[in-house]
Order: sequence, then structure tokens, then C-alpha cells
Amino acid sequence: MTALIAFRDVGKSFETSGQHIDVVRNVNLVVQRGEIVTLVGPSGCGKSTLLNMTAGLFAPSAGWVEYSGVAVSGLNRRVGYMTQSDHLLPWRNVADNIAAPMQIAGASKPEIARRTEELIELVGLAGFARAYPSQLSGGMKKRTALARLLAADPETLLMDEPFGALDAQLRLHLQVELRALCRKFAKTVLFVTHDLDEAVALGDRVAVFSARPGTIVQSLTVPLPAHRDLMRLRYDPDFTRTCAALWEMMSPALSAKGAV
Amino acid sequence: MKIWALRALVVVVLLGVWEAASGRLISVFFLSRPSLIAAKFWSILVDGTLLSHMAITTGEALSGFVIGGAAGAVLGLALGRSRLLAETLDPFIVMFYSLPKVALAPMFILWFGVGFQMRVLFTAIIVLFLVFLSTYTGVRNVSRELVTVFQLMGANERHLLRMVILPSAFTWIFAGLRLSVPYALIGAIVAEILAGNAGLGYLVEHAAAQFDTAGVFAALAGVMLLALTLNYGVRRLERWMMPWREAEDQKEIAV
Repeated sequence: MTALIAFRDVGKSFETSGQHIDVVRNVNLVVQRGEIVTLVGPSGCGKSTLLNMTAGLFAPSAGWVEYSGVAVSGLNRRVGYMTQSDHLLPWRNVADNIAAPMQIAGASKPEIARRTEELIELVGLAGFARAYPSQLSGGMKKRTALARLLAADPETLLMDEPFGALDAQLRLHLQVELRALCRKFAKTVLFVTHDLDEAVALGDRVAVFSARPGTIVQSLTVPLPAHRDLMRLRYDPDFTRTCAALWEMMSPALSAKGAV
Repeated sequence: MKIWALRALVVVVLLGVWEAASGRLISVFFLSRPSLIAAKFWSILVDGTLLSHMAITTGEALSGFVIGGAAGAVLGLALGRSRLLAETLDPFIVMFYSLPKVALAPMFILWFGVGFQMRVLFTAIIVLFLVFLSTYTGVRNVSRELVTVFQLMGANERHLLRMVILPSAFTWIFAGLRLSVPYALIGAIVAEILAGNAGLGYLVEHAAAQFDTAGVFAALAGVMLLALTLNYGVRRLERWMMPWREAEDQKEIAV
């Protein structure tokens, strides 16, 4: 495995209304090609900021982000980004929203139609292909955005709490699919979540952040096989032990914030 | 249904008061009366005068509307997407926008004569500015996040324009178009009054010159009819071009 994404002493601060805010500092993290790294930590610790810098939306104030050995400057078009807000096109229905990245890539019409149908099926939106985003629930919009991300088929997936608004069954279903797809096509994933179980279930590695200014206090390798059965994880002692350890690690950060 | 009954009532009351007051309180010479106007309207309708003049005005207003609207939309898109162009041209646009376009009419007559061509171009220049401004505003209001997300997907300027910017600006473009309907008519009719030998404006002018108040009102009724039809047309076009709006309108409010 080779390093695909590397954060080198990355720091980011913002000036808002005269106030200087350090969002992240001294972040060092190397993500291997084909690796799924989940990021956990208290709200506002700059996890999303790291994704933004990986996508090249803005530059770090200190250090640099390497992608494929080169420092990221300007938009990084090799990543697909699923942000917290869905950013769907309100004037396109579900199917046409999912088709958009394939149209950009110049795929043929029958190919787009076939793939769109598959993806709609995958995210459980069958029967809603002709619905406009304004007619969908929050969870359905998220699923559409996920399908669109998969349609774009980027080398790296940046996902910011993509499954937050979903019910437990669907969430598990999509977690299984995501992990299977990423393993199959050796996708690299940076995945932000607040759900520690999800972080362990999906990640090959979990990076634990401190409260703001966020930095990685621990990088935990998940002691589970690459091909794991997500449906049966809850009965796996390694899984429960890792989740418990993660909870322990998170507690100081949580109590520091007074948010327990 | 109830609303239509109320509207009909307003019309009946207004016309009734007018009919009763005319000749008693105010001279028929100045204000005419609904029954006379209706008779006049009917007579110019059946002898074809009204329709032939209306067709001319419609032709001018529509052509000017299409030419001015298209030019305004293209200009608005170009300036909306290019900050340099927008900043360079900004003072000139403000200058021309503040200029009452009617003041340009004598120049237009000088340049293009008094025919159909002049009246179309005069209408077009009025519509152009309105549609340009609303399109420009629309393009500047496109969500930058949405644009960025699509740029990350590899979208080039052409993709962005077709998938994101144009549909997003549609709402504004149509607001400009709807606003332009009465102005397009003003353009066409002012041009006809100033320099026409045909059209509804000419009909108004001609009747007024002969002190035929009923004729003036009958011609004005024709203008109103035309305005309503154009408005309806723009609304239909809007619905057809933006089917997603219907879904949004039907949505129940939830917070």
C-alpha cells in the first residue's frame, strides 16, 4: 500500500468578526491508498475542515496536505465530496440528479440509464426516481446524494456524516454496501462520523480528535478483518472491545466540553 | 369560484357607476360611457380594424420582447459569470439604465425610420435592460457551494451553465420577463403614437385626434386584452420551463 493522502503538520485558523479561531493544529495523518479512515471527535473539532482541505476548497494556514505525493492547491477533482448538506439540484428529479456526474463524464445515455437505475435500487429509492428533492424527506435526500457520489465514482470519497439522518436498518444496509464497494474497487475513504460504532464498523483505522483546536490524539487500527460481516459485528468481541476502548478515549474530550 | 363572483361584482359596480355618472355628473364628451365604448369596441371588432391593428402591435411587442429578452439574458449570463467584465461595465450599465428609454425614441426614428423595424428595436432596448438586470442578479445568486460541488465532479463552464447556473437563474429571468410585459407594450405603443400609421397606439392617437373618446377607450380595452394575453403566455412558458416549481409550490410548509 502506498500513501495517497497525507496531512503534514496541518493547522487552520479563521478570522471571524475580529476573533481569531484555531480550528485544527498539528494534524499529522497518512491515509493509504484503498484505506478507509474514520474521523471521530467532539463537534467543532475541525473534522470537516480536514475534508475541505483535502478537496482543495481552501488551503491550510500551516503545514500542507499532500494528495498522491503532491501538495493540494486548488480544487482536487480526484475526490468526491458528500457534505453535510446534500447540495442536490432542486430542478432535477432523483434520477437526473444521480445522472449528473455521469453526464459530466460523458457517459452514453443507455449506460447512464442503466447505472442510475442500479444506484436508485442500491440506496433504496425505487419508486422515487421522478420525485424532485423538494418532495423528499431529509434521509431520502441524503440517499440521493450518496447515489450521486457513487455515480461520480471518484478515486477518493470524502464523506461528512453521510448516514446521520437515516434509520438504523437503512444505515446498516448502506454501511455494508459502502464497505463492500470500497473494498471491491479499492476506494480510499475519509469518513467523518459522530457514531463511534459506525467509526469502528466501517473504518480500517479510526482517528480520534481532541476538542478545538482539534488535533489527532490517537490513531486506532481496527482489529477486524478487511472483509467483515457488518450484520454480525455486534456479536464480535473484538468489535465491542474496540468500541469500548474508543468510548474511553473520547470521554476526556467529551467531559472537557461538558457535553456528556 | 367565489373569488370570480366577487371580481365580477367589482366590474359590474364600477361600470354601473360610470354609466350612471356619465352625462349626468360628467360630460360624455370627456369620459364617454361603457355602453358607447362597448358598441364602438364591437363595431371595430367586427369590421376587423381592431384585430388588424392589434396584430401589428402584438408583432412589434413580441419581436421586441424576444430580441430584447434573449439579448438581456445572454448579457446577464456573461456579466454574471465574469467579475472583470461586470466591474468594467458597471458604470456604463448604471448610466444607460437610469436613462429614460423614451428619450431615445427620437434617435431611433432618426436611425431606423418610422416603420416596424424601429418600433421593434425600441421595444427590444427597453426589455433588454430589465431582463439583463434580473438575469445578472440571478446568476450572482447561484449557490457557490453548489457550483463548487459540481466543479469537484469535473464540470466545466458549459456543464455548470447548463446544469446549475441557467436553471438556478430561471426564476430571476422569468421575474424579469414578467416585469417586461407592460414595458414591451409601452415601447411598442409609445413608438406607434410618436411615429406610427398602424397599431393600437395609432388607434388611440387617431381616435383622440378626432375627439372620439369612446374610440380611445375601445382601443385601450384592446391594449389591456393584449397585456393580459402576453402575461398569460409568459406564465405558461414559465410553468413549462420550470416543472419543479410546481412540486415546490405544492409542498406543505414544515419547519
